[in-house]
Amino acid sequence: MPEKKEKTTRRDFLYTASFTVGAVGLGATIWPFIDQMNPDKSVQALATTEVDISNIEPGKSITVLWRGKPVFLKRRTQDEIAEARAVSLEELKDPQKDEDRVKDGKDEWLVMLGVCTHLGCVPLADKGDYKGWFCPCHGSHYDVSGRIRKGPAPVNMEIPKYEFVDNNTIKIG
Amino acid sequence: MSEHEYQPKSKVGKWFNDRLPLLSLASHLTDYPTPKNLNYWWTFGGILTFCLVTQIITGIVLAMHYVAHADLAFSSVEHIMRDVNYGWLIRYIHSNGASMFFLAVYIHIFRSLFYGSYKSPREVIWIIGILIYLLMMAAAFMGYVLPWGQMSFWGATVITNLFSAIPLVGESITTWLWGAYSVDNPTLNRFFSLHYLIPFLILGLVVLHIWALHVPGNNNPVGIDIKKPSKDTVPFHPYITIKDLFALLMFMIIFSGFVFFAPNVLGHSDNYIPANPMVTPAHIVPEWYLLPFYAILRSVPDKLGGVILMFSAIFILLILPWLDTSKVRSSVFRPIYRQFFWILVIDVLLLGYMGAMPAEGIYLLLTRVGTIYYFLHFLVVLPVVGYLEKTDPLPVSISDPIITGGANVSFAKRNDKNI
Repeated sequence: MPEKKEKTTRRDFLYTASFTVGAVGLGATIWPFIDQMNPDKSVQALATTEVDISNIEPGKSITVLWRGKPVFLKRRTQDEIAEARAVSLEELKDPQKDEDRVKDGKDEWLVMLGVCTHLGCVPLADKGDYKGWFCPCHGSHYDVSGRIRKGPAPVNMEIPKYEFVDNNTIKIG
Repeated sequence: MSEHEYQPKSKVGKWFNDRLPLLSLASHLTDYPTPKNLNYWWTFGGILTFCLVTQIITGIVLAMHYVAHADLAFSSVEHIMRDVNYGWLIRYIHSNGASMFFLAVYIHIFRSLFYGSYKSPREVIWIIGILIYLLMMAAAFMGYVLPWGQMSFWGATVITNLFSAIPLVGESITTWLWGAYSVDNPTLNRFFSLHYLIPFLILGLVVLHIWALHVPGNNNPVGIDIKKPSKDTVPFHPYITIKDLFALLMFMIIFSGFVFFAPNVLGHSDNYIPANPMVTPAHIVPEWYLLPFYAILRSVPDKLGGVILMFSAIFILLILPWLDTSKVRSSVFRPIYRQFFWILVIDVLLLGYMGAMPAEGIYLLLTRVGTIYYFLHFLVVLPVVGYLEKTDPLPVSISDPIITGGANVSFAKRNDKNI
């Protein structure tokens, strides 16, 4: 270390300035190489799917593919809805009312991503300890509202953004 | 690099060597003084080099016929198996070669654990080795995705979803890894690119691994420092080369046994079903060499906790040289540690078995016991045993116990020079 504090010179200024410009330039150059891995325009363009639900009987469900992931559309019976609503929130790992997982006045329709929130497998319908879904990969049990009840999954199955275009059509995305 | 001065005999050789000392390097590698007591557990370095070269050559050939596209990948692999001349052979060498590579690397790692080869002054060799092992796992995982069968697809889904456990940014990271909103064509494409890249990164690290090895020289079964060159060493060529070659031949017999008689026994039949994003196979298992870590992942009933524990199980190896407090390297002279070493081997095998079983009931319980013991070994047993254990006396030199021979080996008292 020098005995006295050295005076800041033109050289110090040039050194700091060029280092800063270099760092910013390097960062700006690296970014495109990172961002190119994010979903591209063609992938994003497939962001909505319309589904005809007129043929689904109560108690039945269909699975459609949306953005590469399965979406479960289940038309629930009155018994199933009653069962889902009878559960007290304290029993739930990720507390959420069944009413908040469906659209107002469309209580029988449960639309959710058929993807286990643990590590992304597709759960099997009408299986498990809670008569909802069961994930064969690591043993997560979901109830008839798609809420996690038992197993390693941290949260309930996700409800995607969707709307009823008319009484027979659902638009997902 | 080398202590001795090498001079090429020919004029041309001297001219070239003065400009690029490749001949000096070759001379260093052939004359490299090696402990004369190396046993067959030391031949796996050469075997692993063979495995890497085999994977690179067969891989380059397979890439000439393979198509990295979600719609075509599965059929292009079948095309390799049915139409390409000797395609079946080359693909079976490559797929079984991965298993053989891991078999050899596990023996190599446990050799190091038994004889204390990770201890000072060889910590850097060990750390580079663990990095190579990590890259091997990444390469193997991405390679398994390429045939785009059911196990490929769902294996990729489960492993990439591990990153979604990271708080806040987890979801963005998985989407970034996928290049889509699920495992899809962009994912397959980039995995192919990276699968081609990683072996060459491994090759670079192998050069550093060997370079770092040639600074202090080989450890040996007795684990004491030796003078180089001396009566305790032999030149690498021909003594070690011929021993390595013999071991390699034995290894290739087992390798060929798999390739020609049981090429699919280590794989999973579900991977002969084309990938289907709508249906998950009932029982997802990774390849056998990843099973112990998969078991650790499943032993925790919490997503983030499981992921953290699984990665810790690997990364804990990086600090191993500082967890082991013993001054003696070789387990031959460590009566207590030696027993814990074998318990660890059994524990890892048990975890591997549990990883293949469903995660419930007695299996889950045993997996949890195995997981706890794995961490206890590194975090408690190693530091404490190294501190308390009364080690057996070390010989003065390698030649000493061999020349005096028999039961009356003349041991020297442990002193700093021998440690």
